[in-house]
Formats: sequence, C-alpha cells, structure tokens
Amino acid sequence: MTTTQSERPGLPEQDAAAQEAASEAAFDAAVAADERIEPRDWMPGAYRATLVRQIAQHAHSEIIGMQPEANWISRAPSLRRKAILLAKVQDEAGHGLYLYSAAETLGVSRDELLDKLHTGRQKYSSIFNYPTLTWADVGAIGWLVDGAAITNQVPLCRCSYGPYARAMVRICKEESFHQRQGYELLLALTRGTVAQRAMAQDAVDRWWWPSLMMFGPPDDESAHSAQSMAWKIKRHSNDELRQRFVDICVPQAESLGLTLPDPELRWNAERGHHDFGAIDWSEFRQVLAGNGPCNEQRITQRRRAHEDGAWVREAAAAYAAKRAAERTPPGGPAQGGPAQTGDPAQGGPAQADGAQTGEAA
Amino acid sequence: MAQRLGEWAGHAPELEEDVALTNIALDLLGQARTLLSLCGDEDALAFRREERAFRNVQLVEQPNGDFAHTVARQLYFSTYQELLYGQLAGGTEPVAALAAKAVKECAYHRDHAEQWTLRLGDGTEESHHRMQRALEARWRYTGELWQPVEGLDVDWEVLETTWRASVTGIVTQATLTVPTGPQGSAWAAGAGRQGVHTEPFGRLLAEMQHLHRSHPGASW
Repeated sequence: MTTTQSERPGLPEQDAAAQEAASEAAFDAAVAADERIEPRDWMPGAYRATLVRQIAQHAHSEIIGMQPEANWISRAPSLRRKAILLAKVQDEAGHGLYLYSAAETLGVSRDELLDKLHTGRQKYSSIFNYPTLTWADVGAIGWLVDGAAITNQVPLCRCSYGPYARAMVRICKEESFHQRQGYELLLALTRGTVAQRAMAQDAVDRWWWPSLMMFGPPDDESAHSAQSMAWKIKRHSNDELRQRFVDICVPQAESLGLTLPDPELRWNAERGHHDFGAIDWSEFRQVLAGNGPCNEQRITQRRRAHEDGAWVREAAAAYAAKRAAERTPPGGPAQGGPAQTGDPAQGGPAQADGAQTGEAA
Repeated sequence: MAQRLGEWAGHAPELEEDVALTNIALDLLGQARTLLSLCGDEDALAFRREERAFRNVQLVEQPNGDFAHTVARQLYFSTYQELLYGQLAGGTEPVAALAAKAVKECAYHRDHAEQWTLRLGDGTEESHHRMQRALEARWRYTGELWQPVEGLDVDWEVLETTWRASVTGIVTQATLTVPTGPQGSAWAAGAGRQGVHTEPFGRLLAEMQHLHRSHPGASW
C-alpha cells in the first residue's frame, strides 16, 4: 500500500471526517488484501501505538538479551565456542539496531525508547530475567529461547507493517543459525562426559518452563491478541504457537538424549499434538512485575552502561558539531552542502532560506 | 586483547559500539586462533598454559578502564599491529598468509581507534582530559612493542619510527599531547614476551581458563 494523503488532492479539505473515513477504509482494505502498510501510509492511532509498543519491546529484548549470554564470553571453554558466542552477541546488538530503526519509522526516537526502557515504562522479554548459571545455559538459551523466539517471529515476517516484517526476515535468518548452534552446543555436552551431560540436563530443566512462558499468557487472558490478529500484526494465537513449539522440541530433546521436565508431557494421537502440563502463571506474573531472579541486575547494568557512556556520547556530539561548524563558513551554509540550519550559531536564517527550497518539496 | 574487548559486550556507551567492539574482539580472536594453530592445539595453548608461559605484550592485558583507556590501548596496539602485519605480509610463509589477512582487519581497528581518539580528544573538556589521562596511563607499555622477536623478519627500527609518526599525527590532530614518560614496561621492555606479566593478567587467565580446566579431557 503506497497511497498517501497528499496523493488524494480531490478530497475537500474541510471535510476532515470524510477524509478520515476514506483513509480508514483504504487501510482496512489494504490489510484485508494482505498488502503492506508503509511508514507514510495513513494508519489508525491505536495500530501505530501497538506497533511502537511491540517493536520497542522486541528491540529492548535484543539488547537486554545480550547480558545473560555475554556473562559467559570470558569463560567459554574453547576458542571456537568463544568466537561463536561473541558473534551471536554482536548479532543481537545488530538486531536491536534494526528494530529501533523500524520503530523510528513510526515517529518515535531511539533515545525516547531507551529512556522508557531505563525507567521501566517499557518492558523486555521476561525470559532474560533468568540467570545463566553454567555453560550449558548458553546452549539451552540457543536451543529453547531462540527456538521459541523463532516460532514467534517467523509469522511476523508476514506482519502487515512493512518495516517490521522486513526486519524480521533478516533477524529470523540469523536466529535460526543461533538456534542450531545452541542445539549443537548441547549435543556436544550430551555426547561428552558424565559431568557435561548432567550440566546439559540441569540447564534444560531450568529453561524449559520459562521458554514456554515466552509465548505470553493463555489465549483467554491475552489482552491485545484479538486486535493484533485483526490487524494482521499477529498471525497465530499464543497457545497455537506454544503448542507448535512443544511439538517441535519433543523429538529434538529425544535426539539430544535429554528429558523435558514435565511428567504430563505425552503424545496425544487424537489431537495430533503433544499434551503438556500446566504452566505456573504466578511465576510469570512475578517476573513481569519485576520480581524475577535478575530483573534488578539487568536493568541496573543497562542503565549504568548508558549513564557511564554519557560523556562519550556528549564528546561525539560536540566533535560532530565542531566539524559541521567548520564546513559552514560564517554568513551561510556552504553551497550545495546539506542545510545546516539546525545550528543557530551558524548562518542567518534569512540567508539559509534560499538553500532550503530544494528540499522542502 | 580479544578477551578484554569481550568484556565490553553489553556495557558500551552506545549500541553501535557494542557491535564495533565485539566485532574487533572477534577479528582478534580469529587471528589468535590461526596463530596458535600454527604452533599446536589452540585450546591446549590458550587454556592450559600458566601465566608465565604466555608471551603476549603487557599492553594487551591491561584492564579496559573507562572508554578512553580502552581507546588509548586500541590506538597504540592496532597502529602497531597494522604496521607489523604489513611487514610480515611480504615475508615468508606461513606467517605471511595470516598477516596478509590480518592487516586488512587491523586497518579497520586502527581507523576505529583513531576516530574515537579524535572525538574524545577534540570533543568536550571532560573527554579531552580523560583521553589525555588514558594516553599517559598506557604509554609505559608501548616500549615493548618493538623489542625484536626471534624468528620474525621485521625491521623493528622502521616499525618504531612509523608507529611514532602515526600516533603523533593522530594525537596532535585530536588536540592532545603525545606523552613524554618512559616507555619501559612495568618491569622492563620485553617483559611480556619473556612471560613476565602485570598483576591483572593472572585474574584474566583464572576467569578464562576456569571452566576448561574443571573438565580435564572434555571436548566442547
């Protein structure tokens, strides 16, 4: 969908309500026809707000998610594993950058979103509030946490909002690579010594239930689901995706030779799916409320990195401003250069007007 | 050095720097793996040698400190590495092949360090002072860089002269002053190459080697 308001000059300007209704109809039709909504298209305010919330939370999850894994970079037991882990953490920072860019197309700034993360007004995935206690946890995160993320995110590649969908295509490719690496890490442990095998089982025991919680509350308690599905932001319900994930993991656990910590887990031939035990939603609510094992630690580290880095960002900004000032001779912006009118110290606004006309159209 | 840079992951001043610093760490780790593999089993050499058997220069084991201290360390070392590998790339195999690949990575690392030296040196008053302090603090570890290493066909005098010219150029451009203090290391120039290290190095190894050493004979 590429139609913008400015391309519909036929509508009488005073009839704002009619124009709004027409825009809404065009939006609904585009969503119904599985067309992509793009940044300059009209969209309902609530659609925009939902996307900002979801994409920001997704971006925040990528950068908070660096912490539990970075915890093991210095201690990785082989140079090959250390290299893989470094590359993965680097990818996560990159995913955070894509996602903040996608969110910025909706009219918010990265700084604003980071501020909301640091002050607790926006959330990140509950899973990253669990600690990485052994090396095997790095494998369990790759296999289960990235696996759950992929199950959630592959349908987002068809999300109605174009920039988000395109970011997800790139992210999902890298995530499935990480998931295979996590599985392979666990495989090395389960084929290893008795102690390594025990380490792997212990990690899976601790990460299994939190991974299932990544799909969010059950369908009958999910506040935003119905609207998000109608807008084609979401394509499947939380419970559907959770079931799909369980069905994928069971045979993988078998080939690893590991058990999943659920005595009620069994194949149900009638449904063609695995039945599984009840999730402890009180734990989920506690973690979301800030009372998980690492909530305080994660946000404190994030805030400290930001605060400790303030002088560096200020230096970079001051340096950039000096260089920009040098390029702008006193009396007006350099000919042919980008308009420097953002800097009130340089050039008079009256003189700058002429240089800007080319851009205003 | 890769170990030190890995410590920045998730702590950098901005997301772009998380990416850049882990990227440099990954390049350096790749170079270390190639070099160690030329000498034997990379993991045995990395995880089962004691501190006194490590031959790294003392500069690279220095703690990260604040961002300026990291930038100063990276500036001194990446400038050196690029020049060293540049010379080795024209020499004999198998080092020449490694050097030819590494020199391209080091050019990127040097550029990154130089850009930040300029931003911090010629940024705010605070960043200027921090960057100057960092350059001073790391200076004493630079003398070791051109102590001849047996078996390497390098013109060490040229290396020192070009290093000094390059660092002086960028430091001056950043409105900073090249330190004038001694360039001997904590013990003596060449100490790291003889297995004599600074105190933080033992703790770095304790952390790096702990898991590997806890499971003798295991593969990962």
